[in-house]
Amino acid sequence: MLRTIGVRLGVFALGLVVASVVIFAITQALPGDIARVLLGDGASADQVAARRAQLGLDRPLPEQYLAWVGGMVRGDFGQSWLSGLPVRDLIGPRVGVTAWLAGLGLLLAAAIALPLGALAALKRRRWPGFLTSALAQVGMAVPAFWAGILLVVVFAIGLRWLPANGYVPLRSDPLEWASHLVLPVVSLGLVQAAVLIRYVRSAFLEVLGEDHFRTARSIGWTPWRALARHGLRNAAVSLVTVIGLQLASVLVGAIVIERVFVLPGLGSLLLTSVISNDLVVVRGIVMLLVLAVLLINALVDISYVFIDPRLRTGADR
Amino acid sequence: MSALLEITDLTVAFGRRPPALRGVDLVVEDGQRLGLIGESGSGKTVTALAVMGLLPDTARVRGSIRLGGRELVGLRDKEMARLRGDLVSMIFQEPMTALDPTMRAGRQVAEAFRLHRGADAGRAREAVLAMLTAVGFTDAARLADSYPHQLSGGQRQRVMTAMALINSPRLVLCDEPTTALDVTVQATVLRVLDEVLDAEGAACLFISHDLAVVSQLCSDVAVMLEGAVVERGSAQQVFDAPAHAYTAGLVATSRLDLVVPGSRLPTVADHVGRARSRGPR
Repeated sequence: MLRTIGVRLGVFALGLVVASVVIFAITQALPGDIARVLLGDGASADQVAARRAQLGLDRPLPEQYLAWVGGMVRGDFGQSWLSGLPVRDLIGPRVGVTAWLAGLGLLLAAAIALPLGALAALKRRRWPGFLTSALAQVGMAVPAFWAGILLVVVFAIGLRWLPANGYVPLRSDPLEWASHLVLPVVSLGLVQAAVLIRYVRSAFLEVLGEDHFRTARSIGWTPWRALARHGLRNAAVSLVTVIGLQLASVLVGAIVIERVFVLPGLGSLLLTSVISNDLVVVRGIVMLLVLAVLLINALVDISYVFIDPRLRTGADR
Repeated sequence: MSALLEITDLTVAFGRRPPALRGVDLVVEDGQRLGLIGESGSGKTVTALAVMGLLPDTARVRGSIRLGGRELVGLRDKEMARLRGDLVSMIFQEPMTALDPTMRAGRQVAEAFRLHRGADAGRAREAVLAMLTAVGFTDAARLADSYPHQLSGGQRQRVMTAMALINSPRLVLCDEPTTALDVTVQATVLRVLDEVLDAEGAACLFISHDLAVVSQLCSDVAVMLEGAVVERGSAQQVFDAPAHAYTAGLVATSRLDLVVPGSRLPTVADHVGRARSRGPR
């Protein structure tokens, strides 16, 4: 078991290195010279060269890469080219916003998709199953931003129950924090839930066909309770895999949703930095998002060992 | 003796296909052991699943199944679930896949007990260990703490047997419980099954295509062919003087000791001829 975990952590570390190279290469390949942007059209070639030297852009690429990675290992993400502020200070206060949005959105999606996916599987030949599958299809076709706009029109503008946009940190006012997050989390979670329902349904359908599910029914469990007692854990390996993979699309969704609800998260900072060519900030944020996705997927892999005793080779015999 | 299980004119059809059962009549008395023999696809398993109420949703069931005087056809699943594992239980064919791979064997047996007896964990554990000992495990505690993948096929089938019998059901449906096992292991599992059925005084519907196994375990035999019971009687009567041509064929093919070396092996078709009405399915 320890070996499985060790190997997985090794893969995780390797993934981080590869991702950092790719991210660095892509930001290098992007067109546009930040020094020229900063100095404006009137700057002379000498001035531009001096600015490039000041930013460290004249050094060889491997050196620049190592300086960047070395800094990150020490927790230093560099300075914004635009504002000169440390990237860490720019990102820091925003990480929480995106983490809450993505985390709660994924949680909501799972909370909706598990029971509805089970319903769609158990009642697949009856109207509740058809209805659930049909609604999931429709939900998948709805972009998160459109769901967000719709929710704002109804609940913020029409009913005036919730604020339409903005953010209040949890520490300053928990109630306001929650009320500002409801609509973004719901619009992100609903759309993700629609995607997830299909996976949950097929994972449960597989379990329903297993011999041991029939055994569970034969000792007297009703279908729902048999699914809860024996189905969930057997479907869990494929479910946590899908939920882990979905984190990536949830993060992408969060970037868009932050835009719709004017949330000061990583996504909105990423967009402004891309537009203003502030690639140091872009790199830092993308690296952070990649880290989150890789970390979650490493944890997902390790969780298999705890879910399925058959994978605990050598440890439990 | 009174009729414990009374199946009358049972017809089961799936979708638009021809019915799997066409008017099955069967009676199992209290404490009786009835062997149900017949080839694959003759409807043996469908009959057992119909009694358990575990047929797929697509099945259309007509006729009557009375268990302990209670009509099961048309019974709500919630009601049926209460009888399952308590009044009637089932041992399945595939020991390798019939147990939940993610749950320790003892807990699976305990579940069957607690579901119907509502006992606390401690009392359930006692009952489980006693039952595992009854099915021949000398090291019941260690076995209870094993996962199914750590057990052999024979061990799993004995765990299955413990699950099926822990609530002292009055009827146990055995669907080819030893078919998937080695011959040597078969003997152990059959002996255990014989003992616990005796100890509980439970009736048994024993499905098999192995006449030797059936004659060893059952006092009476019913023969199924193409979704109907074509012959029934005491095991001795059916095997010694089969009335139906199909049964005669089955008996002949099982008596390989009578075959003269070098001569052709007997087949069921020798007896039934080409008269069998329906073609291959």
